Amino acid sequence: MDLKTKLEQLREENKKRIKETEDLDALNQIRVNLLGKKGPITEVLRGMKDLQPEERPKVGAFANQIKADLQENLQNRKEALEQAALTAKLATETIDVTLPGDQVVQGTPHIIDQIMDDIEEFFIGQGYQVVDGPEVEEDHYNFEMMNIPKDHPARDMQDTFYIDDQLLMRSQTSPVQARTLEVHDFSKGPLKMISPGRVYRRDTDDATHSHQFHQIEGLVIDKHITMADLKGTLLALAQHVFGEDRQIRLRPSYFPFTEPSVEVDVSCFHCNGKGCAICKYSGWIEVLGAGMVHPNVLTNAGVDADVYGGFAFGLGPDRFAMLKYGIDDIRSFYQGDVRFLSQFKEEG
Amino acid sequence: MKVSYDWLKELVDFPATPEELLDKVSRTGIEVDSVSRMADGLKKVVVGRVVSLKMHPDSDHLHVAMVDTGEDEPRQIVCGAPNIEEGQTVIVALPGARIGDNVKIKRGKMRGVESDGMICALQELGFSNDIAPKAYDAGIYVFDEPLEPGSDALKALGMEDAVLDFEITPNRADALGMRGVAWEVGATYGNKPHFEDKPVVETGKPVADYLSVKVADEKDAPSYQMRVVDNITIKDSPLWLQRRLWNAGIRPINNIVDVTNLIMLGYGQPLHAFDYDKLGSKQILVRRATPGEPLTTLDGNDHELTPDDIVITNGEKPIALAGVMGGLNSEITAGTTTVAIEAAMFAGTPIRKTALRYNLRSEASSRFEKGIDVGSINKALDEAARLMAALGDGEVATGTISASHVDPEPVEVDISLDRINHILGTQLDAKTVTGLFDRLGFEVTEADGLFSVLVPTRRWDIHIEADLIEEVARLYGFDNLPSTLPTTTMTVGEFTASQARRKRSRKLLEGLGLTQIISYALTTPAKAAAFAIDDSEETHVAFPMTEDHQTLRRNLVSGLIDAVAYNVARKQTDLALYEQGRIFPRSAGHTRPQEVEYIAGALSGNVIQAGWHQAAKPVDFYYVKGIVDSLLADYRLAGPVEYQALVDDPCLHPGQSAKLVLDGEVIGLIGRLHPQFERAQKINETYVFELNLDALLAASRTEMTAVAAPKFPSVTRDIAVQVTANITNAEIQAVIAKNGGKFLQDAHLFDVYSGKKLAPGLKSLAYTLTYRRKDATLTDDEVTKANDRVEAALKSELGAVIR
Repeated sequence: MDLKTKLEQLREENKKRIKETEDLDALNQIRVNLLGKKGPITEVLRGMKDLQPEERPKVGAFANQIKADLQENLQNRKEALEQAALTAKLATETIDVTLPGDQVVQGTPHIIDQIMDDIEEFFIGQGYQVVDGPEVEEDHYNFEMMNIPKDHPARDMQDTFYIDDQLLMRSQTSPVQARTLEVHDFSKGPLKMISPGRVYRRDTDDATHSHQFHQIEGLVIDKHITMADLKGTLLALAQHVFGEDRQIRLRPSYFPFTEPSVEVDVSCFHCNGKGCAICKYSGWIEVLGAGMVHPNVLTNAGVDADVYGGFAFGLGPDRFAMLKYGIDDIRSFYQGDVRFLSQFKEEG
Repeated sequence: MKVSYDWLKELVDFPATPEELLDKVSRTGIEVDSVSRMADGLKKVVVGRVVSLKMHPDSDHLHVAMVDTGEDEPRQIVCGAPNIEEGQTVIVALPGARIGDNVKIKRGKMRGVESDGMICALQELGFSNDIAPKAYDAGIYVFDEPLEPGSDALKALGMEDAVLDFEITPNRADALGMRGVAWEVGATYGNKPHFEDKPVVETGKPVADYLSVKVADEKDAPSYQMRVVDNITIKDSPLWLQRRLWNAGIRPINNIVDVTNLIMLGYGQPLHAFDYDKLGSKQILVRRATPGEPLTTLDGNDHELTPDDIVITNGEKPIALAGVMGGLNSEITAGTTTVAIEAAMFAGTPIRKTALRYNLRSEASSRFEKGIDVGSINKALDEAARLMAALGDGEVATGTISASHVDPEPVEVDISLDRINHILGTQLDAKTVTGLFDRLGFEVTEADGLFSVLVPTRRWDIHIEADLIEEVARLYGFDNLPSTLPTTTMTVGEFTASQARRKRSRKLLEGLGLTQIISYALTTPAKAAAFAIDDSEETHVAFPMTEDHQTLRRNLVSGLIDAVAYNVARKQTDLALYEQGRIFPRSAGHTRPQEVEYIAGALSGNVIQAGWHQAAKPVDFYYVKGIVDSLLADYRLAGPVEYQALVDDPCLHPGQSAKLVLDGEVIGLIGRLHPQFERAQKINETYVFELNLDALLAASRTEMTAVAAPKFPSVTRDIAVQVTANITNAEIQAVIAKNGGKFLQDAHLFDVYSGKKLAPGLKSLAYTLTYRRKDATLTDDEVTKANDRVEAALKSELGAVIR
């Protein structure tokens, strides 16, 4: 048998073996055996010395071609086997993607704080400052400065927790108006502020009353602030909080610290004004009180009421939350039941 | 104020149903809460006349009445009322009728005798005992006038009248009388009311023959008027008058008392009628009571009066609490023949205080508190005298006694058109504004955009520009105002550092798994004082509503524990809660507490619940400490926060609690609750922490400056330190830090061991020390040198064995 035939035979035999090998290790063994220094191809090449010199390059080239062929066969087979192995491995690694994920701890902000944060950011965006005031307040600021002198009938409207003759738990956030007006330097620009916080009334806690709740007070004072500005500001607020289709309407009311005073209704966000149980079939829901700041409040704080004026409003985040989310018991906000509190994932 | 639609219609014209009126008036003037009709839900109730009467054959109290109900034949009705008599005009519920409490009337038999309907008491039609005349309490109601049998009894009783509930704000006390309401409704619709003022006819003796009246201090009673009506007969008021009273929620008593109430409803002017013959003198003196002076009021209650009370006296002893309630000693009774009528204006504040002091707030006192129209005091008095004489067949004494008097002068308020438009943001013209003032019945003159407005005494709430602007705004219509946003010079809106920090700390805790709660700032003295990290004093409210809410909290943890207990009682045991709010410590010698912003948390049960893929992770001290450390790290404090063991807080575990100290100041605490305290609260193992946010805000911070990422590699060495159990990690860390040299970057504790492989009283802590040079790669020699120094110091300073 000549060398060429031997090589061809070698090629065919090994091609078959490679094709039939199912194992990477066995394949590697074939490679080592076939192409190593003691392998049959090297053996064949070694026999070239017995050939005629003119034959040698031809046989050499042929042997190299056989070697390359087999190397390619080995490589292809190796890749095929590796791919199969990977596929098999991946198959064994398949998991149930519907099993629940790990519990990663995450808390929930209180719904009242969510509402207050939202309203604060709304007004910050319009150039208002947020002013904090004391919760233990002086009678002077809570009442006198707000045009509610001692024996004023309006004091009937708010039964207050007094600490002593002078000190009380503030019954409203309005005293922050007076405190801010007193120190604001109008030569540096207008006063645009809101003041959120806790307030206290001498009420018995039940589904609709709480001795502690929240208010957000708003105040804008400058040389040319109109009731139309109040209406526009409250419309923008109502649309921000309750939805862009909302309308508002103002009704006359009475607060000692504003004149004119109004109650503000927002068109029912549940029935869109058609009338439903939530709006008591009126299409409107009362959401806040407002008005043009009473000149006495300005004068009391040392602001010239002939030059400066503006509007004020006060709203209740508790009431907003109750209306917006259909909460029927104000005590839910203060009991700390996690099943209730953790349902309010932040909107946005 | 309950406003009768029918009565209102007599006073002013307006094109609106009661429901339309509710909506309109609520939008322009006074909120009307509801419209109700007593007849709602009732039907087939007619007037009947008792034609004949006989006893029921099988009963000693039932009667069998033949009643004419306007049909061909009288119908037979069995009736148990003791006051039924032949000839009476009564209320009959026909078969098929619906009466009060949704009761349906059927034809039936009573003890064998057929009964074709029911003769009714007012209560059976839904009248409460507060408004049904007392005379008929024990039986059926009897009309005092012959009505057409078969006619609608509900109509005759005024029950089909719509009653509008006006919610009068304190400034609109002018609408606490029908005339005031008529002006308001008239202004709303552009119509003037029309009042019929009949002249009082004085046929009796001069009033001075009966009485002299004096007011000791005109500040107490700026106006005090009296008339006398003589020779009257006390009897029930006519039906038209009774109807008006009960529709307004007032019970008819007799013709004299009813007239005082009717006039109060009509004019808003409270009146009082004295039995002249019981005065025991011929004089009236209005003065302050003397200390302890006794008076029995009409309700039968005895009072010991104070000098803060204004009293009406007969010159010697009190006969009425002025403006609040009459005295029993001068009450109008069936035998009264001469009446002294008082129409006055009393100072509001003393009246309010007296009414509160004796718990006697009444329709009258609330009107005096809020003020009355000085222009209608005498009109009301005249009309009362006229009506009493007419209804009691008496005669009015000639003249009025006026012990004090206020001239009813209108108030002039000037305002410019510019001012109105400037405040409202409108462009109204002078004609429109004049028209609005005219609708209110205000006399107005205008020249060059300047209005001079004469406000009548009936609108005593109006005295400044802003008051007139309100009238213009509401009558022009708030709906007609434009909607604009304020145009001012630009202002910057931003949170203060404190506000921004508080929000950030809240978000951080939420990210770490804690849910926010809000608890009550007023709590019990014990809860307020617990977990105190300072020696402040407590602050109480003077008149708490309940014991649970009387003292200002000085910690947030107590509220969190309440929330934990609330949840545990509802089988929610895995809890991670926090609150951000103020505490109120008070320094000795101060009356006002400070207000300090705090943040606090409470964790109980599992942080991670057992799952198919995760083991349960119960909360422990170090988990909570990790939360606190994360929060503190966010503040980039310049100084270290030390955890100093806290062993003496009765609510905290003595071996698992610590104070947090920054720059020598206690800024918070952390720890497990004392197991006994946990048991008392009925809660499981619970860990709490509390931090003073104001202190953290005030503390100095590290500057944020950029440091380039290291260019040279770090080298680590592990070292195991065996020490006696009393040596703390903090002590070891301190020795490492002091001796590690300038290349030591970090000492990370990765293991703590004590147990059977170690002798009792020993523990082993293992640290990874990381070294790095900024300017070069460290040599092995440099690291070994530093590490040797650390080991030597641990041995010498802490007696450690290095393993």
